[in-house]
Amino acid sequence: MLEGLHQIFNTFFNPGLIAHALPEILAVGLPNTLLLSAFASVIGIMLGLFVAAGLLSGHRGVHLPCRGYVDILRGLPHILTVYLIGQGLPLAGLSLFGGNTYGYAALAIGLIESAYFAEIFRAGFQSVERGQVEAGRSTGMSQLQVMLHIIIPQGARRVLPPLTGQFILVVKATSLVYLLGLTASQREMFAIAQDSAINNANLSPLTAAGLVYLALTVPMTYAVNAWDRRLRSGPSPRPIEAD
Amino acid sequence: MTIDTRGTSVRFEHVNKSFGRVDVLHDVVLSAPGGMTTCIVGPSGSGKSTLLRCANLLERPESGRVLLGDVDIAAPGVNVDAVRARVGMVFQHFHLYPHLCVLDNVTLALRKVRAMDLEQAQATARAKLGAVGLNGLESRRPADLSGGQQQRVAIARALAMDPEVMLFDEATSALDPELVKGVLAVMRDLSKAGMTMLVVTHEMRFAREVASQVVFIDKGRILEQGSPDAFFDAPRHPRLRHFLDQVL
Repeated sequence: MLEGLHQIFNTFFNPGLIAHALPEILAVGLPNTLLLSAFASVIGIMLGLFVAAGLLSGHRGVHLPCRGYVDILRGLPHILTVYLIGQGLPLAGLSLFGGNTYGYAALAIGLIESAYFAEIFRAGFQSVERGQVEAGRSTGMSQLQVMLHIIIPQGARRVLPPLTGQFILVVKATSLVYLLGLTASQREMFAIAQDSAINNANLSPLTAAGLVYLALTVPMTYAVNAWDRRLRSGPSPRPIEAD
Repeated sequence: MTIDTRGTSVRFEHVNKSFGRVDVLHDVVLSAPGGMTTCIVGPSGSGKSTLLRCANLLERPESGRVLLGDVDIAAPGVNVDAVRARVGMVFQHFHLYPHLCVLDNVTLALRKVRAMDLEQAQATARAKLGAVGLNGLESRRPADLSGGQQQRVAIARALAMDPEVMLFDEATSALDPELVKGVLAVMRDLSKAGMTMLVVTHEMRFAREVASQVVFIDKGRILEQGSPDAFFDAPRHPRLRHFLDQVL
């Protein structure tokens, strides 16, 4: 029994190996992870909003392609999508980012995430009452204006909790960038931990990376929940000040 | 209340509308003269709200013409947004934008549709909020207001667009009884100021005192219309007599 616990401790929680891996994870991996997460999130959210609007369109010509986009990107194994974008695009002559692995990885992860973001946003937009749309349209606002100024602000705020969950998945999904091959300085947290784990024949470096992931994602959840609570019950906003 | 009264009339000519197999409006002919208040009454499900919503194309008639002034707004190729910017609408459930403060609720369309700058839009909005008796609430959220105040914000939001016609769809039906009066007072002022108004309502006293004509709709047909006195004192159609017996 004690022997088993000792084994587990040594394999996953070896303090020396964790301490040894952490500096590189923090100095090299963390910035790379954050950078990739940021790019992928921006791509994912922008495209996701756009596709969500398309999913709600009454025109089949708009609705169906958006539906297909979401179904395919959510249905394919992420690893395959990363390969398709990261290796497929350059092979097809579309070297959008030259030899920069990062660009392809951010694009691939962003595209994958946009499908999930789109479904989350769609649910949020659909939860906005029909009367809100009619109120906006009855004052002469166009469909697009109603979308931008009435539906998106209300819908997006209602889906903050599931959006946070998706952000966490983005952060973790950045580890897929290893599939495309990285130089030492390009490695994100998980790749560094994995290399260290292999070199030391011990899984503790992965635990080190796991701790940093937790340090990123748990506060994020709390911060968004606090923000969510404030939006729901907080003090009235002041009107926009004159510029 | 001072408004720019242009006396734009609204005329429905042989308007038909169905939802699926249900005939909601059947060959409706109605003229709402400019500068006058036309009250539309009838049982629930009679089609009165649908008729009102045809006046700003929230519902599109299947056949017939809807004339705003001289223009058939139901004709193909008409710019719907431009039509709606000329027609204000007030809803039963207010439909204020909950994520915006009172002032921004009123300025949104001014800025996006009328392309006013912020200062001009806010000045217009403050003036209209003042006209409906709501000074000092500009920075509140709709949820912090009473139902009566919310509905007056909604009226101010519609009026700010400087509409030629105002549509009221059961504007007081969702209000607590003690809050109805304030909203009706605003509507009465507006009527006196010469706004063309179409008012779907269950407030028979309001209809009697304010309307120039009252219209009774049942099962998608106009069964009777006339001056308030004739309408309430000498109803001819048996359905209307029965209806008035129930509500008065």
